[in-house]
Amino acid sequence: MLLLPFMGAVALLFVGNGQRKFAGWLAGAFTLAGFALLLTLAPMVWNGEVPRFRVEWLPSLGVGFGLRLDGLAFLFGGLILGIGALVVLYGAYYLADNDPPARFFALLLFFMGAMLGVVLADNLILLVVFWELTSLSSFLLIGFWRHREDARQGARMALAVTGIGGLALLAGVLLIGKVVGSYDLDVVLASKVVLQQSPMFVPLLLLVLLGAFTKSAQFPFHFWLPHAMAAPTPVSAYLHSATMVKAGVFLLARLYPALGDNDVWFWIVSTVGMVTLLMGAVVAIFQHDLKGLLAYSTISHLGLITLLFGLDTPLAVVAGVFHIINHAVFKASLFMAAGIIDHETGSRDMRQLNGLWKRMPITATLAIVASAAMAGVPLVNGFLSKEMFFMEATAVDTHRLLQLAMPIAATIAGMASVAYSLRLIHDVFFNGEPVGLSKTPNEPPRFMRVPVEILVVICLMVGLFPAYTIGPLLAVAAQATLNLPSVAQMPQYTLAIWHGFNLPLLMSAIAMAGGVTVYVLLQRKINLHTVVKLPGDAKVLFDVFIENITVIAGALTRLTQNGSLQRYLLLIIVTAIAGGVAAVWLYPAVGVRPSVPMEAANLVVIAIALVGIGTAIGAVVMHRERLTALIFMGVAGLVVALSFVYFSAPDLALTQLLVEVVTIILMMVTLNFLPKQSKPEAAGRRHVNWRDAIIASAAGLGVSWIVYQVLTRPFNSISPYYLQTTVPQGGGANAVNVIIVDFRGFDTLGEIAVLGMAGLIVALLLRGLIVPASNGNSPFGAVFEAKMPEVARQSLLLQVISTLLLPVAIMVSIYFYLRGHNLPGGGFIAGLIFAIALILQYVAFGQARVEASFKLDYGKWVGWGLLAAGLTGMGSWLVGFPFLTSTFKYFSVPLIGAVPIASAMFFDLGVFLCVIGGTMLALATIGRLSQPAKEAA
Amino acid sequence: MSLALLVALGVGVLMACGVYLLLRARTFDMVLGLTLISYAVNLFIFFMGRLAVGKAPIIRAGVPETLTNYADPLPQALVLTAIVISFGMTAVLLAIAVRSHAENGHDHVDEEGRSGVAVDTPPIPGRTPK
Repeated sequence: MLLLPFMGAVALLFVGNGQRKFAGWLAGAFTLAGFALLLTLAPMVWNGEVPRFRVEWLPSLGVGFGLRLDGLAFLFGGLILGIGALVVLYGAYYLADNDPPARFFALLLFFMGAMLGVVLADNLILLVVFWELTSLSSFLLIGFWRHREDARQGARMALAVTGIGGLALLAGVLLIGKVVGSYDLDVVLASKVVLQQSPMFVPLLLLVLLGAFTKSAQFPFHFWLPHAMAAPTPVSAYLHSATMVKAGVFLLARLYPALGDNDVWFWIVSTVGMVTLLMGAVVAIFQHDLKGLLAYSTISHLGLITLLFGLDTPLAVVAGVFHIINHAVFKASLFMAAGIIDHETGSRDMRQLNGLWKRMPITATLAIVASAAMAGVPLVNGFLSKEMFFMEATAVDTHRLLQLAMPIAATIAGMASVAYSLRLIHDVFFNGEPVGLSKTPNEPPRFMRVPVEILVVICLMVGLFPAYTIGPLLAVAAQATLNLPSVAQMPQYTLAIWHGFNLPLLMSAIAMAGGVTVYVLLQRKINLHTVVKLPGDAKVLFDVFIENITVIAGALTRLTQNGSLQRYLLLIIVTAIAGGVAAVWLYPAVGVRPSVPMEAANLVVIAIALVGIGTAIGAVVMHRERLTALIFMGVAGLVVALSFVYFSAPDLALTQLLVEVVTIILMMVTLNFLPKQSKPEAAGRRHVNWRDAIIASAAGLGVSWIVYQVLTRPFNSISPYYLQTTVPQGGGANAVNVIIVDFRGFDTLGEIAVLGMAGLIVALLLRGLIVPASNGNSPFGAVFEAKMPEVARQSLLLQVISTLLLPVAIMVSIYFYLRGHNLPGGGFIAGLIFAIALILQYVAFGQARVEASFKLDYGKWVGWGLLAAGLTGMGSWLVGFPFLTSTFKYFSVPLIGAVPIASAMFFDLGVFLCVIGGTMLALATIGRLSQPAKEAA
Repeated sequence: MSLALLVALGVGVLMACGVYLLLRARTFDMVLGLTLISYAVNLFIFFMGRLAVGKAPIIRAGVPETLTNYADPLPQALVLTAIVISFGMTAVLLAIAVRSHAENGHDHVDEEGRSGVAVDTPPIPGRTPK
């Protein structure tokens, strides 16, 4: 059922915008199918069962994709699909010829699906997801007329306000989940005591209420709703009166059993509801725009419903649920009537619309009945729920002041609603003749009126025979809202038109009479038409707010993101240091871990370490003479390689050594195109050096401290697993290599891809760029340059040696590759050896010649390497194992010994090719920079 | 002096030197700094597997496979790829440095004038044909 609207929306995307009727029918068919499905479930709901549907979604988070259909959900589902079907029918006639119908109906169905999701969701996370979807689709629907500025603004405002509410709701829901330990609705509803005794209760309640109030346009978040009236009228009728804005009160109803029944709830919800009720009703009287009046009236009625939930008694909740139904029915019909009037006259301004009774009597009759329901006139549905409201208002006895204020406020609100209903009727259908209309009004097409007729008939039926029509539905819905096990435990109430002479009836009478008097007085004394719009519009505030946010964000951005890389680095490093300090300072270590006895270092080790430290410092001191610094750094790198040797990491030592060589060569070549010296900082910025030195020292000290702390404590490692399984499962004795190509093969695949990409990036960055060397005093500067005469720069000795060395080096490379699984070596190391052999050729013969004679295309090497590695991984799929599962077998090869032919070997071959390709691509590209274009080609 | 203190000092010095150079405003200095930092970080990760002398993680028949007999292979595997990747990173940074120098005529990392730093060399005629 939930899927149907979404399916419909997708189907509609394929319907051309030219076929209006067809799009309408299609949308209607999906909606009606959904409605029919819902009805088939009705008997189950009536019997007190809760049909469910569940698919695991994020089981690790305890979030399932579950749906449940209890009475409340059934009621809302009925409203959504039933009114939805009518709106679709209505919309098919309402849209202008140049409006794209497929887009309209697709969005409408999308919204319908989202809204159904909200009411059917059986856990709170899912509810929030759908909640956000309704906000999004509402945004798109309000902005349906993209070309209109007010539509775009209104859409933005609605999205901003409801979006903020949605975030608050999400936070609230997460808090609920944390307190209760589950997001499941059944569990949450049953956890009232746990929730309300939690210290987090007030914050989470406030967050949830913020979500509900923004969605339901409660004061002070009401201002977006009138601006959302820029939407096409079917949208206003559907989203902004009957369904979406009800999502907020739905949430109140849904969570009432868990969050309600306490003082905080009572005061906040009832106060907000009451203020909204009064404010909306009073402001509505002074609107000139027909839809504006209806919008404020909607706000007011939503306030009424909120207030009813806030009163916190079971009976008030029943009244609230009842009014949700009634309001949806009469307000949707009124919006549709307003749309008809707009459609037929071209205006919604009540100062222009007058005396339409003569032109469109049927529409007028319908609108009058619906307005009567809005005003709460007897014999129509609005009367019943209003009576129940008055009853509850007089029953408030918790506080002396409230006891007095509540009935008075209720009566005033009743008066105001009578007054604006009267204005609607009188101003539009009577009160003289139309003024300056662009069209001559007539009755609308037959089927445009049908939805209104159906809804008005429902109004009357409910109003006349409440017990027979709405009684059962109200009973199951209210029971579900109160989360009672059976209908028998429901509070007693009677649905009847006549309750005898009592206080509520008196209040109704006063409201009626008062409302009429107020309207007549207002019309006589000040003539409502001349009233300029009340300054009650919070749009101005909203705009100022948004503007300030933008300004503050801009200032913050300029403060941190000033375009200076140095500033960014400084911020990152300082933040990292501060984070480390804060972690140690805020969370002092608990308990003591014993220190482990440490080996003393012998003199050789100390000496080597001092060399490393000395050269690193040397690199810093000499950093302005770049070549010198580079040499210092190279020595420091060698010390790093030595420490790998000393601390039992032969693979790392080999890799470090080879990478060091390649890196230094690369840097020297590059230095050829960069200044050889760094300029000192400008005189005014010398202090920067000291600042940086302090920051750097702090970073170094911190790292030293951590390393020392870690090394002097014992630890548990997961590594014995690798040591134990490397031979039996990986087929290799070299645990490091087996981890790389087997256990963590997927990582490695990613890493060689990165290396290959790095090579390609270098190639692309420098493609076609020709830079003359900045000057010639670098010893390697001339190495790759073909500008000088060939003979002058090439050493014969070097050429002879490197020629002899090439096959040897390649042999060595292959040897390291083959033995890698059992002894230090492997694809990374072999690839680097191979690359260095090639570099030697470059040095000896010049780049152009080498590339001409070998015809090397390193980009392809990268490609083949990745392909080999990837295919090896996929090969294991063929035999039914996960990606990159390896298998192995030993073969005896003369001279080399037993060679493991594991599938991981092919993977390692990929690594090998990729390393050569990536490395050489980078080097060759940079080396090629200085060659004239014809040689580079 | 214990080994732990020695290596801790070593890593710290590499890190400090790297950070200082990274904060210089010239491309090449920054590349040098980053290289020193990657030394420090690689050693850091490596040392998280603790110090083991003469216990290469290559399984020898008859020696029980425990951490008392072998060095921790996991950080080693992580660091091995990291070393190669850091070469890739260096290469890309150098390419950016060369290109930036060719196009801007100076090797300051920020646009000139922003922090009051003058351009240090006259523009070098670099061109990007088609």
